[in-house]
Amino acid sequence: MLTHQYHHRCFRVQNLRSDRTVPRLTVTLGRNLQTIGYRTLYTCTANHGPIVQFKLSDIGEGIMEVTVKEWYVKEGDKVSQFDSICEVQSDKASVTITSRYDGVIRKLYYDVDATALVGKPLVDIETEASEEDVVETPAMAREEHTHQEIKGHKTQATPAVRRLAMENNIKLSEVVGSGKDGRILKEDILNFLSKQTGAILPPAPFQDIRTPPTAPPPSAAPRPVFTGKDRMEPLKGFHRAMVKTMTAALQIPHFGYCDEVDLSQLVQLRSDLKSTSEGRGVKLSYMPFFIKAASLGLLHFPILNASVDEGCQNITYKASHNVGVAMDTSQGLLVPNVKNVQLLSVFDIAQELNRLQTLGAAGQLGAADLSGGTFTLSNIGSIGGTYAKPVILPPEVAIGALGKIQVLPRFDPSGQVVRAHIMAVSWSADHRIIDGATMCRFSNLWKDYLENPARMVLDLK
Amino acid sequence: MMSNVRRMVSLFKGVCRTRTCPVHTWTSGAGLVLQSRSTDVFQNLALEDWIEANVDLRQRGVLLLWRNRPAVVIGRHQNPWTECDLQAATKAGIHVARRRSGGGTVFHDLGNLNLTFFTSKKNYDRRRNLKMITDALRRVRPELDVQATDRLDIVLNGHLKISGTASRLRRDSSYHHCTLLHSADRSALSAVLRPSTSGIHSNATPSVPSPVANLVDHAPTLQWEELLEALVDQYNEEFGCTSALTSIDPSDEASFPGIGLFVSELSSWEWTFGKTPKFSVRTVLDLSEHRSAQLHLEVKNGLVASCQVLVPPDWIPQSLADQLSQVLVGERFCRHGAAAAAVSTLLRLDGTGGRLEELSKAVLRAMG
Repeated sequence: MLTHQYHHRCFRVQNLRSDRTVPRLTVTLGRNLQTIGYRTLYTCTANHGPIVQFKLSDIGEGIMEVTVKEWYVKEGDKVSQFDSICEVQSDKASVTITSRYDGVIRKLYYDVDATALVGKPLVDIETEASEEDVVETPAMAREEHTHQEIKGHKTQATPAVRRLAMENNIKLSEVVGSGKDGRILKEDILNFLSKQTGAILPPAPFQDIRTPPTAPPPSAAPRPVFTGKDRMEPLKGFHRAMVKTMTAALQIPHFGYCDEVDLSQLVQLRSDLKSTSEGRGVKLSYMPFFIKAASLGLLHFPILNASVDEGCQNITYKASHNVGVAMDTSQGLLVPNVKNVQLLSVFDIAQELNRLQTLGAAGQLGAADLSGGTFTLSNIGSIGGTYAKPVILPPEVAIGALGKIQVLPRFDPSGQVVRAHIMAVSWSADHRIIDGATMCRFSNLWKDYLENPARMVLDLK
Repeated sequence: MMSNVRRMVSLFKGVCRTRTCPVHTWTSGAGLVLQSRSTDVFQNLALEDWIEANVDLRQRGVLLLWRNRPAVVIGRHQNPWTECDLQAATKAGIHVARRRSGGGTVFHDLGNLNLTFFTSKKNYDRRRNLKMITDALRRVRPELDVQATDRLDIVLNGHLKISGTASRLRRDSSYHHCTLLHSADRSALSAVLRPSTSGIHSNATPSVPSPVANLVDHAPTLQWEELLEALVDQYNEEFGCTSALTSIDPSDEASFPGIGLFVSELSSWEWTFGKTPKFSVRTVLDLSEHRSAQLHLEVKNGLVASCQVLVPPDWIPQSLADQLSQVLVGERFCRHGAAAAAVSTLLRLDGTGGRLEELSKAVLRAMG
């Protein structure tokens, strides 16, 4: 609907708009400052349309003033007829004010929370040339019946509306105008068309369904649109914290140790126990076994559950085994931990994991669940991969990354090739206090519990 | 389902038996009285949106009767953190929803009847709607002293509020909805209708508390069904038409195409919390050893726009407190989720012997 000169003007305005540091005329006129500044920087165009003052129309019930609650547009925005301009509130009524014109917003008359008066200007809209200025005065009584016979009268319609009618071969005299004094609006043309062809409106169960040409409901958070250009944004919030922590983490001298674990017996055990667990309302994965086995291992190698202070002067052996479980959530990598695993059964751990997973999926994990971890397991294999090089999360000193479980051929004790469920594990540890042998022995113990789950029963506390 | 819809369609075409009735009756067609079978607040609010968007109200009006399982419903321009204790609500399984109409906060439960009057903008008349309700009540229980007030409430015995009103106006349609307390459970209210956190300064629409009462307290024999029937009859009489109560199911996407989108928008965080007018939080955080810190937060669109935590200089370095402030900026004003994650991540580097942790947890508690 916008003409060529529009695009020209809008582009120009946008150019001016984007550069806030351009020195402006310092005319002190309050909120008119920006508008006046921009107009004088504005070089002459061949023709620009008149500014129409869009006045606040009658709300009904004799209400004379409202509070502006939210603006949907700002100065310089393009609007079409029926686009929402702002939300006002009066006496428990929330009213959406929509534009009567196509054009560009040139001025907002009120700030948020200001009182707007009915009949007074709300916004200035720069419209196409020769658009008539429509003044809406406050209605004294109820609106008159709007459907009127207009045959034989000179039909009132804006050039934009006339063009739309012409493009669709519609005689304006056949259209009933619903605007003031029988003025024909864009909506009237659209309604006329729909009655003619029935094609504009989709079929629907209600008779007389009207899909009004209003703006769609305001969408949720804006999605980045691919424009083919680089996009820069500052790192804020959680990501900023991660930058700090990961930078510190790589100050720790890491060493890695990897192995593979034959989970064939565990797979069998889990499938036996799954239904019992689900009968109690808890989903049982392999993680509770991995976590419990790690805790049993930490009882023998407490240095892996320790923490060193900043200067590496003191080492604190933590009493609780708070095993962190890395979770991939919509917010990124979060590591809630299961507290006091040394006191929990495999079922208890499964229950806790369910709780944490539900909260994580909802983005509702609290600080208590996310802090206080002493040792971490990252089940990256649930997404994919075999071996990894995990980064220790300070103030911890060790971390394990678990790959995916694959069915691979292996030799059994009698030399036969059998199907085995193999999972790779990659450990990283702080080499300042932990040596390779310690990590290796811990890993062997952990592996032993998982390859022969019955041995866990002997050592369960 | 389809038979219901066909019935509704035939109602639209149907006969309008004009009786002798007041001046402004619909020029053609019948009014339509619908009752929602859903008790989910988001589905019912979405149903209101759907009717407003899809039904041509110039020809006829619609009355929708609905009720919800316990939910807190705040007005369009209100602040959910000041209006209700969000932690308590979550714990009790009570939904918090923001409606599209203005006004204050209400608590819905199954003993509260909601009525929505859909009309064209021309026929928008809230007082007439309330008169219809008071006439219905007087008809079915003449001894009840019910009156609509200037503030568009309905009061019993001159001072006990049994109904509150709110409305929404768009370009060419409007709706006016109100509550009607039949047998609501008021005890559940007190635990939830209080601020989530102290120190909030906001220009959001405040709620005006009033003493309330249930209809059954004063008319113990009044059954729910009887009340509905009286309202339907009175609606038909007041607006000059005949319409039986039609039951509908808003979860049926086939009958109400597109309603799912309204439901997801109304239940989204961006709508419920992100639409809060900007506000600030200024409070004092109590720390151990009788120390305290000052917190100042600005929240825009439900996100932390700026944050300042001032700590006693000998307690922890101000630069650490500033680091804490910085990681909160840009995250939702909520003690769980991204803010908690940001804080916990930062705490991994805590060398203050637990003081930064204490401060962090105090700051998070001050968030909604």
